[in-house]
Amino acid sequence: MMSRQLREGLFAVAGLLTMLVALFALGALLAGLAMDGWDRLSWRFFASYPSRFPEQAGILAAWVGTVLVMVVTAFAAVPLGLAAAVYLEEYAPTHWLTDLIDINVANLAGVPSIVYGLMALGLFVYRFGLGHSVLTAGLTLALLILPMVIIATREAIRSVPDGVREAAYALGATKWQTVKDHVVPYSMGGILTGIILALSRAIGETAPLITVGALSFIAFLPHPPWQAEFPFVSFQWLLDPFTVLPMQMFNWVSRPQEEFHRNAAGAGLVLMAMTLAMNALAIYVRARFRKRIRW
Amino acid sequence: MKTEGPEPRFQPVRSAGILRRPGERAIEAMLLAAALASVAITLGIVGVLLYESAAFFRQVAPLEFFTDTQWTPLFSEPRYGIAPLVCGTVVTTAVALAVAVPAGTIVAVYLSEYASPLLREIVKPVMELLSAVPTVVYGYFALLFVTPLLQRVWPELPGFNMLSAGLVIGVMIIPYVSSVSEDAMRAVPLSLREGSYALGATRMQTAVRVVVPCALSGMAAAYVLAVSRAIGETMVVAIAAGMQPTLTWNPLEPAATLTAYIVQVSLGDLPHGSIGYRTIFAAGLVLFLMTLAFNIAGHVLRKRLYQAY
Repeated sequence: MMSRQLREGLFAVAGLLTMLVALFALGALLAGLAMDGWDRLSWRFFASYPSRFPEQAGILAAWVGTVLVMVVTAFAAVPLGLAAAVYLEEYAPTHWLTDLIDINVANLAGVPSIVYGLMALGLFVYRFGLGHSVLTAGLTLALLILPMVIIATREAIRSVPDGVREAAYALGATKWQTVKDHVVPYSMGGILTGIILALSRAIGETAPLITVGALSFIAFLPHPPWQAEFPFVSFQWLLDPFTVLPMQMFNWVSRPQEEFHRNAAGAGLVLMAMTLAMNALAIYVRARFRKRIRW
Repeated sequence: MKTEGPEPRFQPVRSAGILRRPGERAIEAMLLAAALASVAITLGIVGVLLYESAAFFRQVAPLEFFTDTQWTPLFSEPRYGIAPLVCGTVVTTAVALAVAVPAGTIVAVYLSEYASPLLREIVKPVMELLSAVPTVVYGYFALLFVTPLLQRVWPELPGFNMLSAGLVIGVMIIPYVSSVSEDAMRAVPLSLREGSYALGATRMQTAVRVVVPCALSGMAAAYVLAVSRAIGETMVVAIAAGMQPTLTWNPLEPAATLTAYIVQVSLGDLPHGSIGYRTIFAAGLVLFLMTLAFNIAGHVLRKRLYQAY
């Protein structure tokens, strides 16, 4: 029979080791990407289209596509998510419809992302006729991250003390004035953190975009967002075919040639850099706003 | 779910708002419409899956779908038995759970009962990064790093296999299991721990015999929700497990999962409305129902935990 102290110590060590193994997996993944992909990172890699020749292949179409899709995703998901969260947290009465929406949001967070892709394929691509376009991709990812935006925003709003609301009402403010001028500004740190993390999740999504028809090989860019004639701003790019970084990585990792695997690692490094940067930004925003707020 | 507070939040008199600001009502209506968008998404998902699956089942008998042991919808002699895809999904999920449940539980107990607040503050964000990694990167990792490693142990291991895919999915969801489990443990009142310590129990005894039993409902929720996550994982299995529907329970063999099949077909150029096109919705419906069942079970278990105190 081991002594109690020995068992105690062994368990603590086991817990620490298990945690370190999980963190080591992350480190090994990053190290592997860096070892294989670092050499590929060059100006030419960022400025070239995909090619049949691995040394000439690049991620221009992929990273531009990622940026455009993310713009559409943010524009669609953020206002919708914020509005829904404000309603659920500040306006919704205790009512079966409110409960239905609550359960619904929680369940949507657990739906596999590829199922969102199937829904988008049936509705956006064919029923609404949006085709295999940047707009379809952005809307699909927007719906995918909407539950995350709603849940995070609600938590942020809930953290504002009721005293703030009561003070505003005492001075004669309407509910919308209270929400717009006090509750939302005070919870902005949490809201921004949630939005950034949701977009970080969206940027790495591949499965739903495969379903809605992201191209595996694309050697042109969408239309530019400007044009020569009035009104000079163009939205033609919304309906253009597209690819994204994770799609490009998937295409390359599926090739048998080892040189393409190195390209995949390079694309993976870029993708990881974007994701980690967004997570770091979220952590920074959270910490910064936390310092400013004193109840 | 909404928490029952000691008293309802203050609600201003609505008539005053109506009289002073006609826009208030319009704003509230717009906000409600946004909230209902989430319901519309669910209806959209269910509607599309049912509509296309109904068309599929008009051509394929449901009995064949559930009992045939081969899935060859794109072959010249097509057969539509979903069993191989479900089997592939179950095996990869089982491997993933074999990794994530013990590891996630140990990490949760450690963080909840042993780690200093500072260590917890440092480690939790890093653990969350495991969840932030794009899944296509995990697929790359599984195929090009984990599989070669495993092939040193099993030289006969094929390049595509369910074991490496399952292991990597398991690592992916460790943070999820540990996070939800730890929340459950933290919900256990401190007074129960103090009672245990007062009787001379060590920290491990307190953790194993007091905290974990009390948090069991929440931890069960974590495991069940983790199942749902693993079932729905797509890119790792599409890249590392192969896309070859095989009815096998051996994780050392390649196989296709429901999700990998959907990817495979979507990469091709199937004409809209063909039966091959509709097979991905039938597979999607099965996938959706499986994850829905586990999600509901998970939420029920989680809710039970918070009713106990």
